[in-house]
Amino acid sequence: MSTPQSFEQIQELRHKYPQSRSAVMDALRLAQAEHGSWLPPEALREVADALEVTPAYCHSIASFYDMYHLEPVGKHMVEVCTNLSCALVGAQAVLDAFAHELGVRPGETTDDGEVTLRAIECAGGCGRAPVVVVDHVYHEPLRPEDVPGLLEELRGRE
Amino acid sequence: MDANNPTLLTAGTQEHDLTRLDEYRAVGGYEALEQARALEPQAVMDEISAATLRGRGGAGFPMGRKASLLAKDTGKPTYLVINADESEPGAFKDRDVLRMTPHRLIEGCLITAHGIRSASVFIYIRGEYAHEFDVMSDALEDARTAGLLGGVTIVLHRGAGAYICGEETALLESLEGNRGQPRPRPPFPPVNGLYGAPTQINNVSTIALVPKIIELGAAEFSKIGVPSAPGTAVFSLSGNVAQPGNYERPLGTTLRELIYDVAGGIAGGRELKAVIPGGSSVPVLTPAEIDTPMDYDSIQAAGSFFGSAAIVVVDDRCCMVQLALRAEQFYMHESCGKCTPCRVGTRWLVQILSKLEDGRGERTDLDLLDQVCDRMLGKSLCALGDFAVYPVASYLEKYRAEFEAHIDGHGCPFGGESSIEGIFAPIDQHAHPPPVAQAHA
Repeated sequence: MSTPQSFEQIQELRHKYPQSRSAVMDALRLAQAEHGSWLPPEALREVADALEVTPAYCHSIASFYDMYHLEPVGKHMVEVCTNLSCALVGAQAVLDAFAHELGVRPGETTDDGEVTLRAIECAGGCGRAPVVVVDHVYHEPLRPEDVPGLLEELRGRE
Repeated sequence: MDANNPTLLTAGTQEHDLTRLDEYRAVGGYEALEQARALEPQAVMDEISAATLRGRGGAGFPMGRKASLLAKDTGKPTYLVINADESEPGAFKDRDVLRMTPHRLIEGCLITAHGIRSASVFIYIRGEYAHEFDVMSDALEDARTAGLLGGVTIVLHRGAGAYICGEETALLESLEGNRGQPRPRPPFPPVNGLYGAPTQINNVSTIALVPKIIELGAAEFSKIGVPSAPGTAVFSLSGNVAQPGNYERPLGTTLRELIYDVAGGIAGGRELKAVIPGGSSVPVLTPAEIDTPMDYDSIQAAGSFFGSAAIVVVDDRCCMVQLALRAEQFYMHESCGKCTPCRVGTRWLVQILSKLEDGRGERTDLDLLDQVCDRMLGKSLCALGDFAVYPVASYLEKYRAEFEAHIDGHGCPFGGESSIEGIFAPIDQHAHPPPVAQAHA
């Protein structure tokens, strides 16, 4: 069963649209935020209940889009764009600096569960490359020498 | 307005914080809406048609002609959908509209809604643009409170990370709550679009130009740019230029002017090697081709596409096989999987390019690249299947010697010194890397 709060919020989202299934993306985003930034099976069931669709349908949507996570992720998400414009101005060195500082490879989470490091496709900041997105906030440009300070600040956050 | 450097989309952004309703009104904001609402809807669309406003999202289709295709008397609502799912590699112009001039977009939506007799607008904003979504939400709330919406509903919809949703029918699918996979056409969206109803779909930067067309009038607007494509475009310059960024210039400005005069030339005094004029999906141009004017028809005559005016500049330190590989890894990641030529072809291209870059390539691999490209081009439901071909086919055609050097020298001629050496692609994060391709004997 959904928590009463998210169930109510999803009912509101449904009314934004002529057809309520359009709310599935917002509903999954909401559920993901409530479940520690990922979508465990019970989160998919909650969304399914609230929208009157099947959990399998919710899974089919969640698995299609890059911003839904079907496996646990760290408390913080560090995403480094490695597409052409960023690559041309040193994105690899930025990604390497994060991997070195965190002791993980791209796609992995630190042992303490604090930070997930990901490479991502073009984030739309090509004019201020290299672009790094930390917990949905753009840092542009970010240089390898900025990495230790950024991580220190991140780990100091609640 | 500076006659030599007219600004339309970015007008007033230097002096004002145009995210604020009062400041937008101080530069004449929402006056065009009032003007338009005093006109018959058809008169508004006639003005847009007379201005030959061509789509700034990629295809360059005239907005007025698109609207003329909307089915009438269907008994269904007519929807206006704004494509703010900007995700073309190299493109970042719409993001600035959303975060710097949100009211210009909202005003453009309201004028267009009046013109096509629509009471329902959806703005599909890419999921990563969280800050931009918030700016738009606040601006929309201010416009609503000020009573500017006039009975029109504007819904802001957030994407969740899928390049394919920038394709208009995939966007509609996504908006309906489905996986973002393109639809077969016909029927086209003006007849059967969102929820099966007639739907007008336009790019953010196209719609944000509409208030200026009403304000200036089509005749005045048409004095800017070139006859086949009047007005300005925001050119997004990135890669190896000295001053990357967004610059608004008249259509028809040459690539040379944009790269050297506007963006300060090649960074670090390097040599220009290649220009991708419209985002990673369009064929590459060589330094010999940069006197081409950046407008839809001129750039197409030069063998490429205007695309989203995202100009990616590449200097002489970059290996073109690596660049093709990195571009193709993107298309393989973003292919929605619906059409076999695109789903399988992108994987083949990645495998063959990896083999070349690793020094395991043979001469027959270049023929194989051409064959795979040929079997993909025009054979999928949407343009992604073609976009995946253009980088590989055009780099191979124009920089063939470099591809051959990888084969003859059994490895990358840059010897680890290419500017994008070792670049990591998100597909490599997946648990199961693709097996190595084997060329047919």
